[in-house]
Amino acid sequence: MRIGTGETVDAARAVDALGLTDRETLREGLAATLLHGQAQRPVFDPVFDLYFPAGVGGPGTRPADRDDLRERLAAALADNDTALLGRLAAEAVDGFGGYGSPSGTDGWSSYQTLDRLRPQTLFARVRDDVRARGGGAGFDGRLVGDEVRRRIAEFRGLVASEARRRVAERRGRDEIARRAVAPTADRVDFLSAGATQLAELRRTVRPLARKLATRLAARRRRAARGSIDLRRTLRASLSTGGVPVRPVLRRRRPARPELVLLCDVSGSVAGFSDFTMLLVQALHDQFSKVRVFAFVNRVDEVTGLLVHGAADPEGLGARIDAEASLTSHHGSSDYGAALGEFVERYGDAVGPRTTVFVLGDARTNRSDPNLPALRWITERARRVYWLNPEPRERWGTGDSEAPAYAETAEMRECRDARQLGALISRLLPV
Amino acid sequence: MFHSVDDVSARLAGTGYLASPAVATTVFLADRLGKPLLVEGPAGVGKTELAKAVAEVAGARLVRLQCYEGVDESRALYEWNHAKQLLRISAGRDETWDDARTDIFSEEFLLPRPLLTAIRGDDPKVLLIDETDKADVEVEGLLLEVLSDFQVTVPELGTVTATRRPFVVLTSNASRELSEALRRRCLFLHIGFPDEELERAIVRLKVPDLDGALAASVVRVVGALRAMELRKVPSVSETIDWARTLLALGADTLDETLVRDTLGVLLKHQDDVLRATAKLDLDAV
Repeated sequence: MRIGTGETVDAARAVDALGLTDRETLREGLAATLLHGQAQRPVFDPVFDLYFPAGVGGPGTRPADRDDLRERLAAALADNDTALLGRLAAEAVDGFGGYGSPSGTDGWSSYQTLDRLRPQTLFARVRDDVRARGGGAGFDGRLVGDEVRRRIAEFRGLVASEARRRVAERRGRDEIARRAVAPTADRVDFLSAGATQLAELRRTVRPLARKLATRLAARRRRAARGSIDLRRTLRASLSTGGVPVRPVLRRRRPARPELVLLCDVSGSVAGFSDFTMLLVQALHDQFSKVRVFAFVNRVDEVTGLLVHGAADPEGLGARIDAEASLTSHHGSSDYGAALGEFVERYGDAVGPRTTVFVLGDARTNRSDPNLPALRWITERARRVYWLNPEPRERWGTGDSEAPAYAETAEMRECRDARQLGALISRLLPV
Repeated sequence: MFHSVDDVSARLAGTGYLASPAVATTVFLADRLGKPLLVEGPAGVGKTELAKAVAEVAGARLVRLQCYEGVDESRALYEWNHAKQLLRISAGRDETWDDARTDIFSEEFLLPRPLLTAIRGDDPKVLLIDETDKADVEVEGLLLEVLSDFQVTVPELGTVTATRRPFVVLTSNASRELSEALRRRCLFLHIGFPDEELERAIVRLKVPDLDGALAASVVRVVGALRAMELRKVPSVSETIDWARTLLALGADTLDETLVRDTLGVLLKHQDDVLRATAKLDLDAV
């Protein structure tokens, strides 16, 4: 996050104006002065909790008994009492989260706490409880299940931040703030992102696509004002006796690029391809034609699936798996075979107006990289770019054929959404 | 203008705007620090309403600049009244050229547009720059001078500086990324969907005749819809519309048929309707 002196001064003035009595007011005040966008909020909140904890040390109650705590948790979940849930999270971490001997000397673990407490097993009980109290009579009855599930998820979050706070007391806040607070969604590494982070990433698709679309549109607008066409200007000047009153501009061809996406969707890089496909899908009106091909060791066209699934990023990967044939005998990716098959079956998708993006880590599991196939594509297409989600240092290690491919097609490192956005806006031939 | 954060909530509530703690805190700060307030969030959560409510509380005039693609300096800042200038010139034929020229670029021939209006004069004003993201990038450059120094430069007249700073609210749906420079000059506020309790209170306030239990059900169903992956999730304004619809239909409890028939008030895309129908089991009947 970039925070300058101006923001710091404002934050200080805000603290001065608001006082330090109300923690939530302070939080909002600091957020208003320091942040410039909602995307920064998931970073800000955990850091705020670290530096302005609601309390220090344990909750100061006697060590909790597991069954008793579960009992009270169930009641709090049924009541949807957020404040009480927070206190219970503190107690739970205090009682079950400490590790090392005696417990708590080495640290506090939210995983261990949740593993002992198992709040998810309370689900059926809480749901029935809410229903029995008449909270679910009639139509809203069917909503209860989802609501309870959401509350349990919230409680898990509370436990996680409580454990983080306790660890920070022991190890120093700065270190925890640096290491344990997740980066904003657009900086999450594609290859190491977990399920929730991927879901978060998918949500950044639309804003990112809009941003790119404006940038591309602006570039196109500027490009439309071409240079002066001397021959036609002189011709037009004949009617004014040779005085070039009206300069004639060279008309640019409305060059909407055609795009071909060739995506490795094997397990290791699926998140990356998934995200890129969604992004291109969201940008579709910027191109005259987009065709998307997915491969593992066989290629299949998935353009239709993407159009169909515009509103459902979640199930995209599953749908591609189910409806396209991407694997033959084994499930690991084989770039050589896939490129070869692409040339053979869909070679006519590539023409002089097409820009081809190949997405993948170029790890071909020791099989033949089939460089001639890639060369064939680069010769026919206008441009070919290879986006590789692996850090550059790892290209060529192990079974990576990245350096060999990089000689034929231009290969760029593309590890997070920010980089991807920047690359796409720079590389697209608008 | 305000004494404390609670004062903000209370007085905004007096005009019928129920503010979350985040909103109240930020409005208080914007007033105290004298900084413009950039409000972002989905459509229909009350961004524009907030500016109106603040204007009402402060007893200030609301000056509104509605941005759109192609809004320019002459729409946002000022224009010269060319017709009047021409009249002036033809009325004074025996004058020297120098007299005539200096004359027609004076205050009298100036047509102030929202930004200039907000800066001139001593009465309290709230300047609402609505849907800032719809305007072109060039307009942002224009706003920078206004928002950082509260002054406007008219080449023929010189610089006009505000004697009394307006309370400025900029709204944006984030359809275009605003520039860092603009963001840096503003306090940032994101208005999201309100929590269940607040939304219930809003519904009760806006549709007072609706039965309390039904209002609670309405809010819960809307909450469930928001948790789904929809193209356009229902916003607060849609919740209120739905509550009004139910009231007009004379409903006292929700049931499948009623929800299915009125889902169009909440959802604006056919595939959303289908998805919600499936998820809420409305087809089971």
